[in-house]
Amino acid sequence: MVVKKSNGVAQYQLRLYIAGQTPRSIAAFTNLKTICDEHLKGRYELEIIDLLQKPLLARGDQILAIPTLVRRLPEPVKKIIGDLSNTERVLVGLDLRPSR
Amino acid sequence: MCAQQRSPASVEVAATEIADGPISAVLSPPYRHDLPKAPTGIRGLDEITRGGLPKGRPTLVCGGPGSGKTLLALTFLVKGAVEFDEPGVLLTFEENGDEIADDVASLGFDLPALIKTKKLSVDYVRVERSEIQETGEYDLEGLFVRLNYAIQSTGAKRVVLDTIESLFAGLSNDGILRAELRRLFRWLKDQGVTAVITAERGAGLLTRQGLEEYVSDAVILLDHRVLDQVSTRRLRVVKYRGSYHGTNEYPFLINTQGISVLPVSSLALQHEAPMDRVSTGVSHLDEMLSGKGYYRGSTILVSGTAGTGKTSLAAHFLDAACRRGERCLCFLFEESPQQLLRNMRSIGIDLEPWVASGLLQFHADRPSRYGLETHLVAMHTVVADFKPTVAVLDPVTNLMTVGTHSDVQAMLTRMIDHLKTQNITAMLTSLTPGQTELERTETTISSLMDTWILLANDAVGGEHRRGLYVLKSRGMAHSNDVCEFILTDQGLQMLQKAGAADEASASPDIATGRTGWS
Repeated sequence: MVVKKSNGVAQYQLRLYIAGQTPRSIAAFTNLKTICDEHLKGRYELEIIDLLQKPLLARGDQILAIPTLVRRLPEPVKKIIGDLSNTERVLVGLDLRPSR
Repeated sequence: MCAQQRSPASVEVAATEIADGPISAVLSPPYRHDLPKAPTGIRGLDEITRGGLPKGRPTLVCGGPGSGKTLLALTFLVKGAVEFDEPGVLLTFEENGDEIADDVASLGFDLPALIKTKKLSVDYVRVERSEIQETGEYDLEGLFVRLNYAIQSTGAKRVVLDTIESLFAGLSNDGILRAELRRLFRWLKDQGVTAVITAERGAGLLTRQGLEEYVSDAVILLDHRVLDQVSTRRLRVVKYRGSYHGTNEYPFLINTQGISVLPVSSLALQHEAPMDRVSTGVSHLDEMLSGKGYYRGSTILVSGTAGTGKTSLAAHFLDAACRRGERCLCFLFEESPQQLLRNMRSIGIDLEPWVASGLLQFHADRPSRYGLETHLVAMHTVVADFKPTVAVLDPVTNLMTVGTHSDVQAMLTRMIDHLKTQNITAMLTSLTPGQTELERTETTISSLMDTWILLANDAVGGEHRRGLYVLKSRGMAHSNDVCEFILTDQGLQMLQKAGAADEASASPDIATGRTGWS
């Protein structure tokens, strides 16, 4: 499932890893959508990977925790784990807001 | 310091082992419902655990840095895949691929080939705290997915997690981690895999993160101690639910063949006492020992001051054994094999052909190279590999430089005991420092000896004379005479026949032996 919001090249390439449609995964997806629409509108590309269907992909991005949001671009790679309920932290994790 | 603590401990084992022997023998079939076990393939460890790790359950292996945890876990995994047809999965949090491959190569196995043939699967888990931001609730399902995939794709029966505690450094939510680890260990059990989980030793705890709380089936503790600049590795089975196991600390060795553990299992004094005899290699000496020589499987001590011919007597013994076609193992603690071969050629004993034909093997080690227990493990390993019927230790007194008397006594007791259980005829030479100290070194080990031959030098009338005397020889009528001998280019030759007492009295010093060794 790819949600593309781009005019040309996406500046933010995001991947959300889940394992089955658990309430926590759904919460993470909802929270992420809200944050992206507010702060990254038109600048991001989001891919959702269900590890139950593609277990091999867990190795590549070194996924342990579920859910994990990986910011693949811009570099450096960042990982945010959890249900993304703390918007402030997600923004810090995505480098959209300086950490305090 | 350690010696005083250790010897009572080994006495204790002896007592419990003796007690255990007959009882378990009597109650054997109905009493024991044996837990299924997964052999580790590690020499000694399978004996201590009576067959291996609990099959289908997790085992915790803990120890400080460099204590051999990873090697033990890898050996379990690789041997499982190669020798027991149980494919394995390694989930490593620590080393990179090359290091693991090197470790496996040091065990004599080719990791890439094992992976290629689907006998092993290796997954490197990297957790970088600086890369990770935590927000809200999560679980470790990703880890489960990876592990499950690896297990399914290889049909794994064994799993190693090395070192899962690293997760605590990478993730900050301890509560989630602990709950997930608990779930993980339960899940591993549900999968029916035999798992080894390694963990770093913590202060006051077995592991830094208290993992022993979650893995409660079996716990093995590894230790690496340095005492007087000599290092000894030790292993202890702290816990093994539902199974009898040895509870002592067992020394172990890491060498080119991997890990070997030394079980002290044979102190039960139950070895057989064979009746057949083996020649000493010196016909007169055979005569002195009721005409037939030593008992097979017995232990012989040859002691004397420097230059009395101890090694020569040992060489005769080895030569005779090789002539009979027996496999001989010779431990040298002083000379190199080349030195010994050269010196023995000078008295007409050529051992070289036996070395060439593979009947005789030398094993030379400086006593100070490692601790006594490590020597013991090393000797056990060599004995197990070479399977000799005759062994010579020359000279055991050199071991005194690495330990106290009681240490050396304890070590030799175990070695002699091991040789006896294997029915190996053993000769130990002992260098007596000076006339006054004669008894000191020997008394510590003489009680273990079946036959004790004393050699002595005497300067009589400006002449150097050598004497030989059988101080004791259990279970046979032996000569009580002191016999003079010379070392010729045809070997050791007795000047007086055993029993020729009148001749012997002609040289009173040697004959009575009073000046030499009282």
